[in-house]
Amino acid sequence: MPQQYDSSLTTPQDAYERERLANVHPAAWSNPKPADCYQLIIVGAGPAGLAAAETAAALGAKVALIEHHLIGGDCLNIGCVPSKAIIRTSRLYAEMHNAQRYGAQTPDAIRVDFAAVMERMRRIRTHLSGDDSVRRLAAAGVDVFFGEARFAGADTLTVDGEKLCFRKALIATGARPNIPSIPGLREAGYLTNENVFDLTELPRRLLALGGGPLGCELAQAFRRLGAQSSIVQDMPLFLGGEERDAAQILSDAFARDGIEVRLNTTVVAVRVQDGQKLVDLVSDDYRNTIAVDAILTSIGHAPNVQGLNLEAAGVDYDASDGIRVDDFLCTSNPHIYAAGDVCLEHKYTHTAMASARIVVQNALFRGRERLSTLVIPWCIFTDPEIAHVGLYVREANRQGIPVKTFTIPMHEIDRAVTDSEEGGFVKIHVRERTDRILGATIVARHAGDMINEITLAMVAGIGLRTLARVIHPYPTQAEAIRQAADAYSRTRLTPQIRARISRWLSR
Amino acid sequence: MRLSCACEGFIAAECITRNHSMTPIPPLTDEALLDQLQRAAFDYFLQAVNPRNGLVADTSRDNSPVSIAVVGFALSSYPVAVERGWMKRADAAQRSLAALRFFRDSDQSGSPAATGFKGFYYHFLDIHTGARVWQSELSMIDTALLIAGVLTASLYFTAESSDEIELRELADFLYRRIDWRWAQDDGDTIRQGWKPECGYLHYGWEGYSEAILLYVLAMGSPTHPIVGDCYQAWTATYQWENLYDHDYLYAGPLFVHHFSHAWIDLRGIRDSFMRGKRSDYFENSRRAACIHREYAQRNPHEFAGYDQNCWGLSACDGPSDEQPGVRNETRRQFGYAARGVPFGPDDGTLSAPSVLASLPFAPEMVLDAVRNMMARYPEILREGRFASGFNPTFTDANGRAWVSAGHYGLDQGIVLMMIENHRTRQVWRLMRGCPYIRNGLQRAGFRGGWLQQPSIHGAR
Repeated sequence: MPQQYDSSLTTPQDAYERERLANVHPAAWSNPKPADCYQLIIVGAGPAGLAAAETAAALGAKVALIEHHLIGGDCLNIGCVPSKAIIRTSRLYAEMHNAQRYGAQTPDAIRVDFAAVMERMRRIRTHLSGDDSVRRLAAAGVDVFFGEARFAGADTLTVDGEKLCFRKALIATGARPNIPSIPGLREAGYLTNENVFDLTELPRRLLALGGGPLGCELAQAFRRLGAQSSIVQDMPLFLGGEERDAAQILSDAFARDGIEVRLNTTVVAVRVQDGQKLVDLVSDDYRNTIAVDAILTSIGHAPNVQGLNLEAAGVDYDASDGIRVDDFLCTSNPHIYAAGDVCLEHKYTHTAMASARIVVQNALFRGRERLSTLVIPWCIFTDPEIAHVGLYVREANRQGIPVKTFTIPMHEIDRAVTDSEEGGFVKIHVRERTDRILGATIVARHAGDMINEITLAMVAGIGLRTLARVIHPYPTQAEAIRQAADAYSRTRLTPQIRARISRWLSR
Repeated sequence: MRLSCACEGFIAAECITRNHSMTPIPPLTDEALLDQLQRAAFDYFLQAVNPRNGLVADTSRDNSPVSIAVVGFALSSYPVAVERGWMKRADAAQRSLAALRFFRDSDQSGSPAATGFKGFYYHFLDIHTGARVWQSELSMIDTALLIAGVLTASLYFTAESSDEIELRELADFLYRRIDWRWAQDDGDTIRQGWKPECGYLHYGWEGYSEAILLYVLAMGSPTHPIVGDCYQAWTATYQWENLYDHDYLYAGPLFVHHFSHAWIDLRGIRDSFMRGKRSDYFENSRRAACIHREYAQRNPHEFAGYDQNCWGLSACDGPSDEQPGVRNETRRQFGYAARGVPFGPDDGTLSAPSVLASLPFAPEMVLDAVRNMMARYPEILREGRFASGFNPTFTDANGRAWVSAGHYGLDQGIVLMMIENHRTRQVWRLMRGCPYIRNGLQRAGFRGGWLQQPSIHGAR
């Protein structure tokens, strides 16, 4: 029977899956006897919860970690890890198809074994789950509880009815995919990041609802694995918050891949007919219907605040924005903090982990570390990748900060040319008439790695003047950053300075 | 076989003047060359106009509808033609009046087959009836280009004859009728379009564009000006970039750096943004031309023809994937598209009209490029006018570059006006006397330069 692309999907129960579950939620697990009072109780064992638990335990705190489902959270199980594994395979297939671009022969028959792609993903996910295993946490001194956590007061909660006391608590319950309220969608069935990685058969036609990171990444990956991919987005551009040139370059890349992109388009209804999903679209005054086999929703995430009985703990929250925290990540209950997707606007694994470490400092050691001081980069793992850190130009303009951008197209970078990866750029934004870096956007095959240099510079307060002195191995794509710094240095050669140099040389 | 560089300009000039005779004559002077190109551009409007209603076809192709923007260019071209002796004043006034009367009497109900709504007009109209075609949008920017032409006519035809008095009254009526505030849709910036079938269009319109003219006209209105910090909200999306060692206000396609300049003399006057950058929009357009030339020299995608004297990526017609006979199968072709620098799209198609339109900003560089392109690709000139686009990477069996069929009115209009502004500043001088433009510029925060001088209404 063909696979159904809806909530009936389950993870294939193979050896990899059994091993993963043994790591992240062993069936035979017995919750430990609770301590009298924990110095830190953490609700949620995703990236934020794990980072806090490991850091606090390493510092000698008595820590309890409560998870209702799988250790590792979305990132390991249904997010970054499985998607990157699939993207890597899809890039390989794209390169096979584009072999002539590299002076190589295109293989005669390129056959995608989708089941093998997904099996590789499951193997890798299982391998990495060892790092987050219950046994490892227990060995580190963390009391791991599986069950539903509910606050019972300002300093107590229960796990499946058992009472736990705490001096401080951290809520790190993450977020879940938003499901758009489109007539017929629920009945027709849809995929989200929670079940798309359970697929073992490639949908022949995939529609991604929403032009956000997940929709863009998976639409491209599935297209390269052989599906007909479409993206429908109700905004005029992809990735609304990103640099418009970045979205344009990605749009061009999608066109080369053969992804059908429909911007300014709204899905108004979904129907099932003859086993296929018919999706009714409206774009301004144009209406049409497309037939697909699977619909992937990708319109953001909603915080997991339900079922925690936050009222009992005096923790303020909002169903869409999540738990309200101050700049120190403290909630309205001074003993309870929050970190990660449940309270942050930027829902990234690395942001969750960084915020969790702030909580450990502030909750256990009376620290005064602020969320607002974090320099947060992020990356969308399409091909090319889009990475950003710091301010966008429009944000600087709005704040009245004079900003100037040093732009280096990747076609100026020798290594990008030798690799036939010229599509993209490095744009570094500085405060006008200074070398102080305000932010940067990089579009390149490996932008996610390249952005680290800019992040480091921003955290360390290094300006473009100093970056110009950093020797980059030749040829590397990161040379684009040095070239931007060189461009800055040339702007310092004012006519007066040139005249002085000229006089010196001709003395 | 192509001609050697040394004689390219010579032969090209000679071909124009002697109708393809090969008799050697001295090369045309710059002035003579520009005069020929400008006259040929003007002839487009003579050929493409419906004299009964003054409407002008978008392109020279069969069954082309009217583009309201092209009508704006045509209305601006008649004063130029009169001054140059290409058209009698009375004839020019009549043609202008025909168009203005048409718009005055047009169906403004906003119904699907009307001509306009709220003083704006649909982008494309039937050349005979003036009714909306192609289910086109009510276009704010194209209405601005049209009304700029209307105002140009009113500033030129200042005689006390009944025709010219009527013309001025109609122009004022048409401008004052436009409800710019409605086009804000209660938002921070002006919407780009509206359709009776679905209301306002919400295309993203971020970053520098040809919209200075639109905002200035919308702010200068005595009847329905936009409100709030609309202009500042738009300029807050600007990006000031250093590219190829030039600092400039970034916009990829070259035409963006031209259209507002066709009517507004932006030399030496600055808004808040340009004051902060110690530059002005005129200088910015010069730098844009330099960047386009630099890009072509670097030629990152290795297209045929690109070099320091063959450049210009802009909105233009190009080969499309659907066309037969396209040789290079691995690259995508974009047909009519807004090509730009440095991030494309770039399919090897160049726009000679966009290069020529940069004339006021960088005359020597532009003339070198124009002469070179004409010599190397004489097929880009038809009836003495530049085709919209050409692509030397795609060649026919005889090795000739792909050339867009026919002509586009927007290309001919911008070429005509920018040549005139380079030669005599006529349109700029006329529009300096437009109180609406002056008020709009001042409300947008422009200061300095000619804005400091007293206003001379109807200056010629």
